[in-house]
Amino acid sequence: MIEAQSVSKRFGSLLAVDQLSFSVNPGEVLGFLGPNGAGKSTTMKMITGFIAPTEGRILVYGHDVENDPIQCKQQIGYLPEGAPSYGEMNPLAFLEFIADLRGLQGAHRRQRLDYVIDKLALESVLKQNIDTLSKGFKRRVGLAQAVLHDPRVLILDEPTDGLDPNQKHEVRDLIRDMSNDKIIIISTHILEEVEAVCNRAMIISRGKLLADDTPTNLAARSPGHNTVHLVMGDSSQAANLATALEQLDPVSAVERLDDGLSLKAIPDAGQEILPQLQQLLVEKGLAPCQLYVQRGKLDDVFRSITTGARP
Amino acid sequence: MNAAMILFRRELRSYFATPVAYVFIVIFLLLAGSFTFFLGGFYERGQADLSPFFSFHPWLYLFLVPALSMRLWAEERKSGSVELLMTLPITLLQAVMGKFLAAWAFTGIALALTFPMWLSVNYLGDPDNGAILAAYLGSLLMAGAFLAIGACISATTRNQVVAFILTVVVCFGFLLSGFPLVLELFRDWAPQLLVDTISSFSFLTHFNSISKGVIDLRDLLYFSAVITAWLAANVVVLDLKKAE
Ligand SMILES: Nc1ncnc2c1ncn2[C@@H]1O[C@H](COP(=O)(O)OP(=O)(O)OP(=O)(O)O)[C@@H](O)[C@H]1O
Ligand SMILES: [Mg+2]
Repeated sequence: MIEAQSVSKRFGSLLAVDQLSFSVNPGEVLGFLGPNGAGKSTTMKMITGFIAPTEGRILVYGHDVENDPIQCKQQIGYLPEGAPSYGEMNPLAFLEFIADLRGLQGAHRRQRLDYVIDKLALESVLKQNIDTLSKGFKRRVGLAQAVLHDPRVLILDEPTDGLDPNQKHEVRDLIRDMSNDKIIIISTHILEEVEAVCNRAMIISRGKLLADDTPTNLAARSPGHNTVHLVMGDSSQAANLATALEQLDPVSAVERLDDGLSLKAIPDAGQEILPQLQQLLVEKGLAPCQLYVQRGKLDDVFRSITTGARP
Repeated sequence: MNAAMILFRRELRSYFATPVAYVFIVIFLLLAGSFTFFLGGFYERGQADLSPFFSFHPWLYLFLVPALSMRLWAEERKSGSVELLMTLPITLLQAVMGKFLAAWAFTGIALALTFPMWLSVNYLGDPDNGAILAAYLGSLLMAGAFLAIGACISATTRNQVVAFILTVVVCFGFLLSGFPLVLELFRDWAPQLLVDTISSFSFLTHFNSISKGVIDLRDLLYFSAVITAWLAANVVVLDLKKAE
């Protein structure tokens, strides 16, 4: 388990991380979301022991990162922002160096090396200088390095930045594969990625924690969540339905579009209107030509939370 | 295997993965050779020893060692790989030692490649090989002191050029403080104790006797102390500056 206890980080006059407290349990894939400069990378650097918090402390499976750094570092696999590595080495030599520092030995070492080389499709570039690799391959080498020792804790700072769609898919699969018994924290600006791999998301802005929930629940905070869009056969039906809908309890507003046929019913926050709507349609004997329920978009929630407006 | 040794191997290999190693070795050998023969009057002296060769080493190191040490930490900080290294299970001290020892071993290799010098004196005459060996050890020790200074300064900046210039300046200070000319400046007004202290801080003072093949425990202790102090400073500087 990872525990951050009122962690703050100050750079001169800038408070990059402000009294952040959270804990993460095995099996959780936590996504750090937030605008540029929110403090995501800074928080990750503190968890991995690269920089020390100005205040507060972080425990990794009970070990204090500051007082017991080696114990903590052994349990963590870390992909720093920008995936730095040693440019004059080739991926094979680089991964072997990491394997040695991680204390991997013998058949297990060989097997782990083969596993990450296969998983991140590095076979074709094993002997090429890392300096000359494309951005995506560099990132893959960095990822391979992070998962090499099969750590209990994985901290990945923008792991899929620069990857092609196939590799993005592969990396997400890899993260999901490993997520059963591990603690995984990723930061990303790709919100669909959060929905694809994370079972928990934290939105951070200016170093403060603004939201901490499952991606689904977060998305449900979006104002358009569960809005029902309908297209009716003729305008009298549409008018008829609109009046009836307005009487329903969970409906906050009904809007009709200019074409006269389309309407949308917006629910009160957190409410669902579909069951009552269906009942209504049956009672009135109406059959819409089209009907769909809009899902909340994480995007909208992200924007409204981080720009100050409550969703 | 110890983490410092693993890093040591990586570093030493990386010297030979880039042209740095070859350029350094070639220039070192060329300069060492030409200084000895043209400036040192190797033949004209008519003596079978290597003191003209060794007496130029402080000046050779003054420019060549900073060129080697400037990248040690500056490059690592610039490229961001220091973040990777410092989040692997390795302590600051192990990291500092691994890198320093690799650079030192590399200078050792360059120094060892001057062996034709030794062969030629043995061919030309009958030198005191014990004294030559002692001088080689002394030279290596002095190179270590230069390197320790350079490694520490390299950790203070992300810019290799700045690291180079600062290292040359500081090392120059360590050399100059033993120069008769400089000491004269102080002798007129400063108490003898101060003059002695200044001169005792000089690499030149301590290297002079070693280069003649005289090993004095105090000289060895001096260089070891310089290396230890600067490496300790390196650990502190790295801890403060690594994330900047
Ligand atoms: N070494 C440093 N010195 C001074 N300020 C820093 C340092 N590192 C980070 N900061 C500042 O701290 C704030 C948080 O930076 P951080 O890198 O954590 O943001 P982030 O959330 O990762 O952003 P991004 O999405 O752009 O990666 C920024 O304002 C940044 O300028
Ligand atoms: Mg970042």
